[in-house]
Formats: sequence, C-alpha cells, structure tokens
Amino acid sequence: MRDLCNRALDLARVKGATYADMRIVGRSVQEITVKNGVVQELALNSTQGFGVRVVADGAWGFASSHLLAPAEVDRIAALAVQIAKAGALARVADVDLGPAEVHVGSYRTPVEIDPFAVPLNDKVSLLLEADQEARAVKGVAVAESSLTFIRENKTFASTEGSYIEQEITESGLGLVAIAVGEGEMQQRSYPNSFGRHQGTAGYEFVHKWDLVGHARRIGEEVVALLSAPQCPAGVTTIILDGPQLALQIHESCGHPIELDRVFGAEAAFAGTSFLTPDKLGTFRYGSDVVTITADTLTPGGLGTFGYDDEGVPAQKTDIVKNGTFVGYLTSRETTSQLRHTHPHAPARSNGSMRADGWNRIPIVRMTNVSLEPGTWTLENLIADTDDGIYMIMNKSWSIDDKRLNFQFGTELAYKVKGGKLGQMLKNATYTGITPQFWGSCDAICRADHWHVWGTPNCGKGQPGQTAHTGHGAAPARFRNVQVGVMK
Amino acid sequence: MLEKDKLSRIAQQVLGLSHADQMEVLIASSDEHLTRFAANTIHQNVSERDVTVRVRAVFGKKMGVASSNDLSDVALRKLVETAEMVARFQKDNPDFRSLPEPLPVQEISTAFVQATASCTPEERARGAAAICALSWENGLQAAGAFSITARELLVANSLGVLAYHCNTIANIVAVVMGEDSSGYGSAASIDVQTLDPEAVGWVAVDKALRSRSPNGRAHPSSIKPGTYTVILEEDAVADMLTTLGFLGFGALAMQEGRSFMNGHLGDRISGGNITIWDDGHDERGIPMPFDFEGVPKQRVTLIENGIARGVVYDSFTAGREEGKVSTGHSLPAPNTSGPLPLSLFMAPGQATKEQMLASTERGIWVTRFHYTNPVHPVKTVLTGMTRDGTFLIENGQLTRPLKNMRFTESILEAFSRAEMLSSEPRLIVNDWGGTGTCVPAAKINGFRFTGTTEF
Repeated sequence: MRDLCNRALDLARVKGATYADMRIVGRSVQEITVKNGVVQELALNSTQGFGVRVVADGAWGFASSHLLAPAEVDRIAALAVQIAKAGALARVADVDLGPAEVHVGSYRTPVEIDPFAVPLNDKVSLLLEADQEARAVKGVAVAESSLTFIRENKTFASTEGSYIEQEITESGLGLVAIAVGEGEMQQRSYPNSFGRHQGTAGYEFVHKWDLVGHARRIGEEVVALLSAPQCPAGVTTIILDGPQLALQIHESCGHPIELDRVFGAEAAFAGTSFLTPDKLGTFRYGSDVVTITADTLTPGGLGTFGYDDEGVPAQKTDIVKNGTFVGYLTSRETTSQLRHTHPHAPARSNGSMRADGWNRIPIVRMTNVSLEPGTWTLENLIADTDDGIYMIMNKSWSIDDKRLNFQFGTELAYKVKGGKLGQMLKNATYTGITPQFWGSCDAICRADHWHVWGTPNCGKGQPGQTAHTGHGAAPARFRNVQVGVMK
Repeated sequence: MLEKDKLSRIAQQVLGLSHADQMEVLIASSDEHLTRFAANTIHQNVSERDVTVRVRAVFGKKMGVASSNDLSDVALRKLVETAEMVARFQKDNPDFRSLPEPLPVQEISTAFVQATASCTPEERARGAAAICALSWENGLQAAGAFSITARELLVANSLGVLAYHCNTIANIVAVVMGEDSSGYGSAASIDVQTLDPEAVGWVAVDKALRSRSPNGRAHPSSIKPGTYTVILEEDAVADMLTTLGFLGFGALAMQEGRSFMNGHLGDRISGGNITIWDDGHDERGIPMPFDFEGVPKQRVTLIENGIARGVVYDSFTAGREEGKVSTGHSLPAPNTSGPLPLSLFMAPGQATKEQMLASTERGIWVTRFHYTNPVHPVKTVLTGMTRDGTFLIENGQLTRPLKNMRFTESILEAFSRAEMLSSEPRLIVNDWGGTGTCVPAAKINGFRFTGTTEF
C-alpha cells in the first residue's frame, strides 16, 4: 500500500500538484433481512479502490478507480492533476490548507465480538425469532427485522508526510412492524427509526439492544395506533424521546454547523446555513440548558474514528455552550477561510472531513454531534408537565435549506395531562423555527437516559455521499411548540 | 467503458464457475465525472471509474448474493463461492419460482452518445465558468454542478438471459444567489452537445434578479400560510411524482396493503387530466430497456385519466399473484423494497407556462421544492419547502418575491385540482440514482401551505 501511495503522490507532484493525498479503501458489508418469516436478504458485498486528491494551479482535482494496479495509479494521479488544472479556469482564490498536518498512526474500532465471525445461522435465527414475536400480535401486517455489519479498512497518505491506517467496524440492527387499516398505515420501529440503529462496535451491540425482547411490544403498539385518535393541533409543550431528539439535533444543529455549507459549498444541493460567521460566539442558539458538542472520541458513536479523511486526529469541539453558538465542524480549508474574518478562530481543523468510500472526496460531515445530558429523570419530567404531548420515534422529517423551518412526524405519541401519561395518539407532527425551538428547551434528562443514536443515512454532496453520524441525546422538554400540522 | 464483449466474457466466466441450481450475474460499469462550483468558483472536481459484479446463487428456493468490484480471476472465483455459501445458509423463500427465462430485449443504441462520454474536464470547466461569469457580471454568486455519466449494465443468468445496455447522461444544475434572493435552472440530456450551460445559468440569474428590486434593497415578503393557487414548475412536479412512485406504484406496497392504490384499482383517485405511466423504452426519458433481472421493461399505465389502473411487478411479486408476469421493474437482488417505476412520465396538457401565468388572478409561482418527505404514505401527504424562486402572482403577473414556504399536501388530491398542465414536458434527472422523470408544469388550485421561513 505504501509503495502505491508513494508512487501516486510522487507522480502528482511531478505533474504539478502542490499538495496531494491518496486514500485506499476496502469495505465489506454483510446484510441480513427477514420479512414476514422469510429471509429476504442475505448478502455479502465488498468494494475496494483508491482516490487521489490534489491541489494544482490553486484548484482541487480528484480522480478514483476500483483497479489498484501501478499503471492505473499513474493514470489516476495524472487525471487528478489534469482535472485540477481545468478547474483553475474558474478560480477566485487559491486553495489554502493552513498549517501542515503530519501524522503517522493507526486506529481500530474497539470490538469485543467480531461480527463477521459470528455464524450466519445465529444471525438468521435471531431475526426469525424477533419476526415471530412481532407477528404473534394479531393485526401486524408486516414485520421486517435486519442486521448490518460493516468493516472498512482505509489507508491515508499525503505529500506532507502523513501515513495512517484505520479499521472501522460497525454493527447495526432493527425491527419495523407495520399495521394497515382502512386508508391508514402505522409503523413502529426499534431501537431507532426506520428499523436501523447502528454504532461503531462489534456484535456486542446486537446483544445490548435485545431485538427479541422488544418485538412483541412493538407489534402491540403498532396495532393500537390504528385505532388511536389523531394528534390534535395546537400550541403546547412537547417531550421528545432520544431517537426523535437525535434527528432533531442532526437536522437543526448538525447540518447548519458544517462550515463548508456556511461558505456556500453545498448551495447547489443541500443548501446553506443560517449560522453565518457573524453569529459565532454571540448568537443565542438555544436556552441556557442547551449545550451541544461534536466529539469523534465518543465510544461507540457512528462518528467515532482515529483520524478524519484528510488525516486530522479525532477530537472534541464545543458547538453550543449554555445556549450560545460557539463552534463549527471544520476542515483544513474552511478553517483557513474562517480565519480571514475571525483571526481568533481555531488555527487547525477539528477533523470533520469524511468521505463515503474510495470514490468520493472528503467533505465536512457530522461526526457525533450530541446534546449534553441534564439533570432530570424521564419520570420526573413527565410528572412535572401539566399539559403536553410525549413524542416517540421519528417517522418523517423536513427542513428548509438554511436549516430554520422544520417539520417532524413521530410514530407514537402520548397525551400528558396533570403529570401523567394518558391517551395514545397517532400521526403526531410538530413544526418550528430552529433557534426559537431550542430556546424553548427547559429540561433535559440525565446521563443514565442518554444514548448515542446512530443515523446511518445522512445525504450530502454532488455526487451524493451517505454518512453515518452519531447523536447523543436524552429525552428533553420544549415549550410552546406548534403540533398537529397534518389535517 | 468495457463494452459488451468484455462484460459478456466476465459473465460467462462467472456462470462457468457455478455449482448452483441457477445463477444470475449483474455487472455494472461506470465512468462518472462532476465539476462542481460554488461562490463563482470551481471548488470540487471529481472523476470515478468502477465496475461491480453482483452474483445471485440459487439452490432450490434458497438464494445468496455477493458482490465485488475486483475482476481478477481469483476474486471472481471467491465471489461465486461466497454467494453459494451464503445461499446454503438460507432458508427457503416460498415466493421464489425461478430466475427469469430469456425474452427478447430491444437494444436502444441511441441512449449512448460518444460526445457525452468523451466530455473532457476542460469542457466541463468552461461550462461551469460560463455560469459563474454570468452570475458575477450581475453581482450574484453561482453554485451548481456539471456532471457526465457513462454507464453499462449487463444481466446474464444460467437460463440464457443476456441483456446489455449502455447510456450516457449529461446534467447541469445552477443555483444563483443574491443577498436575499435565489434562482434555479437545470437541463439534462443523453447528448451533452444539446446542453447550453449559459442558458441554464441565465434562467437561474433571471430568477435571482427578479427576487430583488432594481436597487437591491427590497427583501422577499412574507405571505400568510393557507391554500393558494400555485404554478409548479417541472422540478416541483417531478418531486411529487417520484414520491408517488416510491410510495405506492409498486406491487409490493399493494401486496402489503400500504399503497394508496389498495382497494382502488378502477376507481378515480385523481384528476381526469392526470395520466401517469412508466416506460423504460421512451427516449424522452433516460431509456433502460430491461430490469435488474434482465426482464424487458413493459410500458405500464399507472393512472389513466385519473383512474387507478395498475402497478409494476418483478418476478417475486408476480409469482405471488395468479396470472401475473413481471413487468420488468425489479431492482438489484436482494431487494426488500419491491419493484419500482424508474422511468415515470406524466401526460402534458395544452397550455404554455405563460398562458398558465396569465390565467392566474392570485397565486404563488414555485420553481422547485426542497427536502420533501412523506407524512402519511397512504393518503400521499407530502411536506417540504419551496426554494430558489418563489413569487406572488397577481392578475397574471409575477409581482413580488416571497419568502419560502412549507407545504403539507396530499399529492393525489393536489393533482386532482390541476386546472392546467403545460404542453412541453421536461426531463428532470433525480438527485440520486441516475433515473429521470418527464413531467409538465402544473397549475393547481387550493394548494396547502402550512408554514413560512425567514428567507
């Protein structure tokens, strides 16, 4: 690997690159899905390849190929430089990467049980058992349970002298139950929405979440939803459970703090951000109880690794501190760009550049963007709420292209009245404007209610990339929220 | 491009290694290039070459799938062994009948244009630079992408299926922004020579300029949420139609009871001027003559004059219903989503967009939607935001720019209130997956907006 990396980097320099890096990535994915008692999917997929990223004539170029062979490495390195030089035609300013990042090291996800060593029979049996439990409930039309295991080996080398090897392992599981009625369909998921919760961990992750143990409850809840009343419309207090809050964090905080997005890099697709640099350090993003961090060191998080995909080490960054917006997710280039107007901003990237495989460039992505826990138990939080709605598990999500106006729907909700959980409600939705919403947060549950929830399907970039992001969250309460948007 | 002969040789090599009762090989080869720009500069510029071989091994009613992008002899042997090993661990799938038998497949040679495949980084850069220059001259900032894709797909199986297709897609999108305004333009074609980047840029520039006053001081104004007549441009209509396709035009959704078509075949479910079909052979779209099992695509009428007529099938879903055959809409196995329509068309009307505008006393012009998501799949309720060119219509004219709005509306009910459809449908390439939808613009009455944002 090192020889091929040196070959590519040397050739890129000869061709005129002032900076070059190469990533070699191999990814294996095992996916098993059981649907209504039948193993619908049992697949082992692998992909490997390499990409060379260069700066030449002050502009970026990137080329990639599946064929890891010397002649192809030469072709790709030369093509990357050609592409960069072509792009220099529309260059406003030269790429500035800031101070060099030189790191030699390795990282491997801590794993107790290698998920790829667990027999396929055991995995299939687990899913069949969960399926049986869910469908034992009369009225469940569809039950779909799944397991996903991913292993990615990547090598990074740069003309600055970095050489890094990493092995990232992920394990995921989930169950979705669907019930249908006259003009109606309801779903319930466990442990996370759309049937998939994932973390950087081994098979111990599957044991921890006990799919079989929760399957019957999920089936009972989804059937009950068919006859539950519609969530009423109005302005009220809401309590969000961990998985729903994780997605709220993802959409309304994680995305607008991506600094490349702030500078317009995503304007053609995912959008821009309302968190413009003039707001850094002063803007009230949320109430005093709201503290949000980005942390690539969080154990088990989907955004946990040793080095990002431009070789910057893992680290923790404050994003919102007691309600005030204080930090972004950054790259080397965006860090340099920010310091033009904010000379006291951090001088180095906080390591948020991630690429979806060998054939994509790294771009700024969420890592583990988490709401720090508070001091409440869920029981006390509900007991303290006179009138409101407790919303559970995301079902639908949408937000505008600057990340202000959002609307979410949840699978399940309960009326809260006089400090007690009451009637089940269906089709619950809520909407708001990001800083007003977070400004209305007045209570967050404590650390023993806090989990790092995995979002394995975050889309961004052209061509499109899927990132796996983590979001630590405990249930929290928000006041004066518009609910019941659907007529 | 590896070309048909080489891909066929790889497929035959893989089939020759098989010990399974049946085997299917799917080979996808692609060269994809994209020049991306933002803030009037090319900031990302990429190129990719990949070939993936996916093998499905069948023993009785047990199936296993493995894929790899390593074409070495050793890797291909291991791939077959892995798929067969996985299949042997499987349980029987009672719905599986057989891999498809060979059927004649029409080759669509016009789907591949060499000029598109040969488009160089310099040509793409010149196109992007033209849009950036136009924006800069008008005091605006351009963002967008100029992409070129050349793809090959070969499907073969041990029963004699051998189907090959290659196609090219050129796509240009531009978002042009002022301080508090934005506009959007796009164009797509199989043939890059028919695209005019500057024309795409001008559409976006024009909307960005209309969204602000001549002195640059006017801000978009707000309008109260409620129901309004809207004129939806083709990108917005395509968004709604693609969502419908995913929610309920596939047989699996019907069989699971979660489609809006359930219990309504033969019933009116939308407006009498709404006709929707899927046709992989129609060259006004992105042609694809067969599916991922090598079954030739049939033209399937989904909604005809507002009446629910049918859904699309693959071999699995067809096997569950007496008398049904695959319509050629499978996705790559294993597939838990079921068959889906990937080449959707909506019938045009008679009006030009100018006539639609002139006929509107008060309404909202919508260029496109952003981040749409189903809220209630069976009722086809969708939510999303407007984006990049939202204007108030008064007495047949665009009078002022509006802040973007959130809608929450049933797609089928909205289509049932389509007073006018434009006469010239446009091809819209979907953001992910390289598929396309060909749709007219639509004037729809009583469209429900449920919120606004601050810009």
